[in-house]
Amino acid sequence: MKTDIILAGVGGQGILSIATALGEAVLLENLYLKQAETHGMSQRGGAVVSHLRISGKPIASDLIPLGGADLILSVEPMESLRYLPFLKENGYLVTNTNPFINIPDYPEITLVMEKIRSLPHYVAIDADQIAKEIGNARTSNMVMLGAASPFIHIEFSKIEAGIRSTFERKGEAIVSMNMKALHAGRQFAEANR
Amino acid sequence: MQKHLLLGAEAVGQGAIDGGLSGVYAYPGTPSTEITEYIQGNPLAIERHIHRKWSANEKTAYEAALGMSYAGKRSLVCMKHVGLNVAADAFMNSAVTGVHGGLILAVADDPSMHSSQNEQDSRYYAGFAMIPVLEPSNQQEAYDMAYEGFELSERTGLPVMLRITTRLAHSRSGIVRREVKAQKELKLPNDLMQFVLLPAIARRRYNELLGKQTMLKELSDQSVYNQYIEGKDNHKGIVCCGIAVNYLNECYRDTVCPHPVIRVSQYPLPEKLLKRMNDECDEILVMEEGFPLVEEKLKGFFSNRIPVRGRLDGTLPRCGELNPDHVAKSLGKELKPGMTVPDIVANRPPAMCQGCGHIDAYQAMNEAMAKYGKGHVFSDIGCYTLGALPPYEAINSCVDMGASITMAKGASDAGLSPSVAVIGDSTFAHSGITALLDAVNEHAPVTVVISDNESVSMTGGQDSSAEGKIEDICRGLGVDPAHIRVIVPLKKNHEEMVRIFREELEYPDVSVIIPRRECLQRATRRKRNLSRE
Repeated sequence: MKTDIILAGVGGQGILSIATALGEAVLLENLYLKQAETHGMSQRGGAVVSHLRISGKPIASDLIPLGGADLILSVEPMESLRYLPFLKENGYLVTNTNPFINIPDYPEITLVMEKIRSLPHYVAIDADQIAKEIGNARTSNMVMLGAASPFIHIEFSKIEAGIRSTFERKGEAIVSMNMKALHAGRQFAEANR
Repeated sequence: MQKHLLLGAEAVGQGAIDGGLSGVYAYPGTPSTEITEYIQGNPLAIERHIHRKWSANEKTAYEAALGMSYAGKRSLVCMKHVGLNVAADAFMNSAVTGVHGGLILAVADDPSMHSSQNEQDSRYYAGFAMIPVLEPSNQQEAYDMAYEGFELSERTGLPVMLRITTRLAHSRSGIVRREVKAQKELKLPNDLMQFVLLPAIARRRYNELLGKQTMLKELSDQSVYNQYIEGKDNHKGIVCCGIAVNYLNECYRDTVCPHPVIRVSQYPLPEKLLKRMNDECDEILVMEEGFPLVEEKLKGFFSNRIPVRGRLDGTLPRCGELNPDHVAKSLGKELKPGMTVPDIVANRPPAMCQGCGHIDAYQAMNEAMAKYGKGHVFSDIGCYTLGALPPYEAINSCVDMGASITMAKGASDAGLSPSVAVIGDSTFAHSGITALLDAVNEHAPVTVVISDNESVSMTGGQDSSAEGKIEDICRGLGVDPAHIRVIVPLKKNHEEMVRIFREELEYPDVSVIIPRRECLQRATRRKRNLSRE
């Protein structure tokens, strides 16, 4: 069992909340984990990436080698493309379709989506819209985690438990909201993979 | 065994707490910040009354840690690599005084300069001061070395450097904790002259330091952290420092490396292990995160031994952090990159947050400065350094903490007029105060902008040690109170700000403009915490 994930986004979008929930799930499964994060300057609206490695055996490198990622999970469409050299030949790209535009030369979003749709394995999901429908825009990252969950080799019930333990101290309402988001994302991915 | 998911930096904090820590001293700096933040939020640290407040800068932090060591207790001082430049005076001399209670200097280097002005390698400093270094290869070792480091420090009577780099500092993995040790009791040094570096005493202490070097080398040869791993293929021997061994193992994931490997995680270098490799192998490949320190040592001046490969001969890149791909390439392995990055993907550099007060201050300053042309503004280290980038292009320097004011003064001495400094509140407290005193003493016609967001923001919103004191400090240094101008950097105040900038730029002596508005990130966090309580 081994899943190497590139988590991508823009500083401030909270990609680490996805990593935290997965980390909790990994602990529950008694798996090994290494997760290299971006802290510091890039957190101010720059491109941020986290290398998340999960395995049944001890993990050597904190970083994923080129062509080694099973999955790119991006909360921003252009950022999902930045890490293509890391994606395995049969790897999946799962991305939110909502652009985060904080630079003057952001490309035409139609071109970005065209590139994404030209990939052999992808899930493009409007996580913000789904999160809003659920009733809390802030759950969009959990929608993304749900959308990626079919491609992560951890039992889904453990990911659910990971979410529970991440949000537990914020109360049952927040837990169930995020759980709903997780399920909605997963459902979308199953239907649109 | 209960595993705890910790960043490498956090593992250092937990290891120190469990190892009997009584005080951590630090100034925030990426990638070292999380060590201290972790201790600040740790229930055991709070229960044990471990000192954990931020210091004004790395020098004051180091000295306080040394004072705690003098009093017999175990102390930890944390900083980023360039912070050690600030603390270097205390650091170098602490090797001569030696320690009493164990003292660990945790220093986090930033190869590839993710968030730094340079990628200097702190191991050189340790060699310079002649003290031991521990360089963990993973999060568990980061914990273990912080835990054990105090004893190494007390046993050798020297400060111990615990050197980590960005990748380990900011990568999370499971660690297993050990039994929590008691803190040390308050106890004066046996020799009350130990810390008095008068020349006669300093010479004696220095000779003692020199005398300890043989013991340090022996400790390195025996250390469990330095290992000679057998390999059948002697055409090449590989030396891996710190985390480099992980990248090596990544290249042999389902097999084992055929070459002999030396893991180096404790310095001074384990000479016996290295001599064996030098005798038995046809060439040596050195993988180290940072400068080619070990490679240079092995090469010697005339390179007249077996070939030594690494960063100097291009086998590995000369600069930047290592990664599994660099290491694979150095072993002659083929890389298998996925698809290329499409051309449409644009760069996304960091930027000041929308609505940030620094932006309003820069917009007013730029308008007031327009008639003088570009090139008059010296700046400093913080979020506002991003004002160098478009669309602001407002500043012309970022060198070291506090340099804005002194460089503006020097340029003004040379005849540049106006000469302006832009510095943040925390950077001002760190190293700007003495700079401002220099300017005041010579009536230098500089305009100092202290862009005050009441926070150390770039590193995540820590408390600024000058909060609420800046005007008093400026007045105390002798700045004319009529020329200390506080403004609120908001769009609606733009015209007023421009007017104030214009007035002070014309003033032929030191003036200070303080645009003050709380950091947005910090305000958001504060409100979120309030709503939680």
